[in-house]
Amino acid sequence: MSTATNSDSWTVAGRTFSSRLIVGTGKYKSFEENAAAVEASGAEIVTVAVRRVNIADPKQPMLTDFIDPRKVTYLPNTAGCFTGEEAIRTLRLAREAGGWTLVKLEVLGEAKTLYPDMVETLRATEILANEGFEPMVYCADDPIAAKRLEDSGAVAVMPLGAPIGSGLGLQNLVTIRLIVEGAKVPVLVDAGVGTASDAAEAMELGCDGVLMNTAIAEAKDPVLMARAMKAAVEAGRLAYLAGRMQKRLYADPSSPLAGII
Amino acid sequence: MTIDAQQSLAIRVNGEPRRVPGGVSIAGMLEELGLDPMRVAVERNLEVVPRSSLAEVPVEDGDDYEVVHFVGGG
Repeated sequence: MSTATNSDSWTVAGRTFSSRLIVGTGKYKSFEENAAAVEASGAEIVTVAVRRVNIADPKQPMLTDFIDPRKVTYLPNTAGCFTGEEAIRTLRLAREAGGWTLVKLEVLGEAKTLYPDMVETLRATEILANEGFEPMVYCADDPIAAKRLEDSGAVAVMPLGAPIGSGLGLQNLVTIRLIVEGAKVPVLVDAGVGTASDAAEAMELGCDGVLMNTAIAEAKDPVLMARAMKAAVEAGRLAYLAGRMQKRLYADPSSPLAGII
Repeated sequence: MTIDAQQSLAIRVNGEPRRVPGGVSIAGMLEELGLDPMRVAVERNLEVVPRSSLAEVPVEDGDDYEVVHFVGGG
């Protein structure tokens, strides 16, 4: 392996990571299983949600008891927010809870598809950037919208591969590739990955990383799937760096024709 | 909390009505609820209260609080 690939890392908002897999922490059966899956995935960033403390039962175990925010970077999200205002309010609280400015912005348009509302997303990105946040932004797989986000202060653009939680795999390889080609900030496919080959495919297109939750959490064996995703992201990245062969319409023999008996 | 028993204050915490003793700080209110002020973020009447000032800011009658923390999410 060349030295370039040995030291293959990526940087977002001045922070450098060697793992290109970001994993969510929702939908797990237990905190223990969640922590084991994060460990197996090799992820250095996990997404987390901001929710009300249960004041009826304040001594419930907390995520931070199982996944140490000093060892793994917490990326607070705005899941469930349908307006820019709700998202900004959530992230202001997240900044106070964790002290972090690196956040994941998602402003949803409707419950059925959880498709992003790009008008609100752009507006919120601009406000957050002006307040000193470093938003990584969930967005539509639209190359122009991705550029607009970048201009508004997004530190990473994160187009969906397919609807959140659907596991359908990347539906539009062309738009993801166009976003990658046009971006000056990291591009991560966020949402839609169902299995390892989907993650590899995103990386083969030149994405800087992949963010997933359900594909691991809802696998029959989440810890094993986390390992599979780690391998897939690495394989896809290496294949991208290696540069794939050209496709041909017909066969081309691998063994020499000369010297056939 | 000893405090010269001023009358108790009616507040809302995460949408639920609560009563706390007069003169208590936000940090004191959280501790009374069984919460560690270092592990939550607090919004008071829609304004985030910096963690560093939770012990100084007094709870006032009619205050509306949101107390949040990180949970699993994607």
